[in-house]
Amino acid sequence: MQFFGGSEISPSPPAPTASGNNGHMMYVFNRNGVCLLYREWNRPLRTLNAQQDHKLMFGLLFSLKSLTAKMDPTSAAEKGNLGMPQLPGQGCSFHSFRTNTYKLSFMESPSGIKIILVTHPRTGDLRESLKYIYNLYVEYVVKNPLYTPGSPIRCELFNTTLDQYVRGIA
Amino acid sequence: MPPVAPRSGDAIFANVERVNAELFTLTYGAIVRQLLTDLEEVEEVNKQLDQMGYNIGIRLIDEFLAKSNVSRCNDFRETTDVIAKVGFKMFLGVTASVTNWDADGTCCSIVLEDNPLVDFVELPDNCQGLYYCNILSGVIRGALDMVSMKTEVTWLRDVLRGDDVFELQVKLLKHVPEEYPYKDDE
Repeated sequence: MQFFGGSEISPSPPAPTASGNNGHMMYVFNRNGVCLLYREWNRPLRTLNAQQDHKLMFGLLFSLKSLTAKMDPTSAAEKGNLGMPQLPGQGCSFHSFRTNTYKLSFMESPSGIKIILVTHPRTGDLRESLKYIYNLYVEYVVKNPLYTPGSPIRCELFNTTLDQYVRGIA
Repeated sequence: MPPVAPRSGDAIFANVERVNAELFTLTYGAIVRQLLTDLEEVEEVNKQLDQMGYNIGIRLIDEFLAKSNVSRCNDFRETTDVIAKVGFKMFLGVTASVTNWDADGTCCSIVLEDNPLVDFVELPDNCQGLYYCNILSGVIRGALDMVSMKTEVTWLRDVLRGDDVFELQVKLLKHVPEEYPYKDDE
């Protein structure tokens, strides 16, 4: 097997700036796979249409989660076959993965709200940030009487607050 | 990063925005009164209150999860315990106790000694069939629905009907597993 020079085959983007602006995009899904929100800050390359893109992302997370639970060496609980429906809260889950060009952070609430944030690969642990975003979602979306649960989010205030917050993530 | 410990009901209650308890009680009373006028049938009012509660519950669960740091409950016993100790404290400022478990751990009673909804309330004779606090059972059902537990919540005892405490029976019907929501041919 031949190995290539590391820097050539896996070029990393320039180092993140301390001033933020490291967010690429964000997705919020509910338990039924409906994409409640898609925000994009920096995404030069797009290959799929929006709907396919959302479906692919949800599918990736769903499979990855069932895979991580299946591979768990510590849990003694009875594990079904790969792809068996899991009860919520059953099995373990992942919270981020990193490639040479991006980092994907993932949070799922027990109520099935999934928040996905794609950032520069060198951003640190974003679990607290995702939790903060979940709190924003509660304050600006869930408590908004005009919002129908399960429908795409159209709250200007949520979007601006979110943009502002993500811009500050280093 | 060590996991954040779930916060206690008291700690959350101290931090959230609150409204005056009497304003809350009177507003709820006004809603029930209005429903009685509009719907006329006591049964219909019970149903409507339950539905309103359900709609509250499906939203309230997210606030509960976001603020309490409760991540997952291992079984239904733990779930009801969290509802009684953290949930009721956080949203109503009272704590409840959980009793009367059945053998397989799927059915229990939540007992409320203190209930801010019923201050100043007396049921008139023509409203004896009314479950005045039916909104609470709806909230619990809605909230548990969102965390994949189908439940049935019924009132067993009601102070307004002459009992000494409020007792809510919560019965777990089934856990709903998470499934892949898209069809292959979509």
